[in-house]
Amino acid sequence: MELGLNHFLGLSAALFTIGVVGIFVNRKNIIVILMAIELILLSVNLNLIAFSVYSGTIEGQIFAMLVLTVAAAEAAVGLAILVVYFRNRGDISVENVDLMKG
Amino acid sequence: MALIAFWTLATIVVASAVCVIAARNPVHSVLWLILAFFTSAGLLVLLGAEFLAMILVVVYVGAVMVLFLFVVMMLDVDFVELKKGFLDYLPFGLLVGVIFLAEIVLASLAAEDGGSATFDASPGAETNTEAIGAVMYTEYMLLFQMAGIILLVAMIGAIVLTLRHRPEVKRQSIAKQNARRRSDAVELKDPAPGEGI
Repeated sequence: MELGLNHFLGLSAALFTIGVVGIFVNRKNIIVILMAIELILLSVNLNLIAFSVYSGTIEGQIFAMLVLTVAAAEAAVGLAILVVYFRNRGDISVENVDLMKG
Repeated sequence: MALIAFWTLATIVVASAVCVIAARNPVHSVLWLILAFFTSAGLLVLLGAEFLAMILVVVYVGAVMVLFLFVVMMLDVDFVELKKGFLDYLPFGLLVGVIFLAEIVLASLAAEDGGSATFDASPGAETNTEAIGAVMYTEYMLLFQMAGIILLVAMIGAIVLTLRHRPEVKRQSIAKQNARRRSDAVELKDPAPGEGI
């Protein structure tokens, strides 16, 4: 069996699922939740690039680069919010975030 | 040969991704995530998308993961406390994951095979980087600029969020010093002898 598009799609589906499960099982730890989001974005990128290569067009790779940019920006802002939250509350438990009320 | 490389890399990626979400210590999670990104870069090289593979290493491993490590090590968090409830949520999480995967597999089985797949990572150019560069600065100029604006907004946002002014800390204010005149600071009195001011 030759290496084909389906291999990459299957891998990226597995990565996506692991990311989603990671968000569910690490309900308390917002750092690992952010990392699970990075995993999901990685799987999306892999999907876009695989489609781009196997359809012989370059647009998917351009789009993957934009996703990469947004992921980097999201990580920076997310971690900044995390640092501020930790400074105000002294822990990073996600369960009590709704107590902040603005 | 390519198939052997794919399965090796794919196994490493999936295993390290599982370790990311299951690791007890977030520092270990970050290190596993770095391994996952490195191996994905290998997969992209296998696909022929060398430019994005290198970008993945530079941006993710070089910048984002270092940022994660920095934050994880800077925050003084009780990691054992955070790991509580992991087993409580595990059955539900696995259930959601299995449903999700089953849906994806069903959808992809139902989909028609597109047929002749043309494997070409650099259409219309010698190399992958050349192919990307040829369209990125011409056709997708606006998108490229927008990506820059997004990064700028993220940078300013992060600075605004984390910058804090501590009122109790005394600081030198050059502008105030320069704006100070002699009439503001010194008052001349001419007290009569024998009386106070």
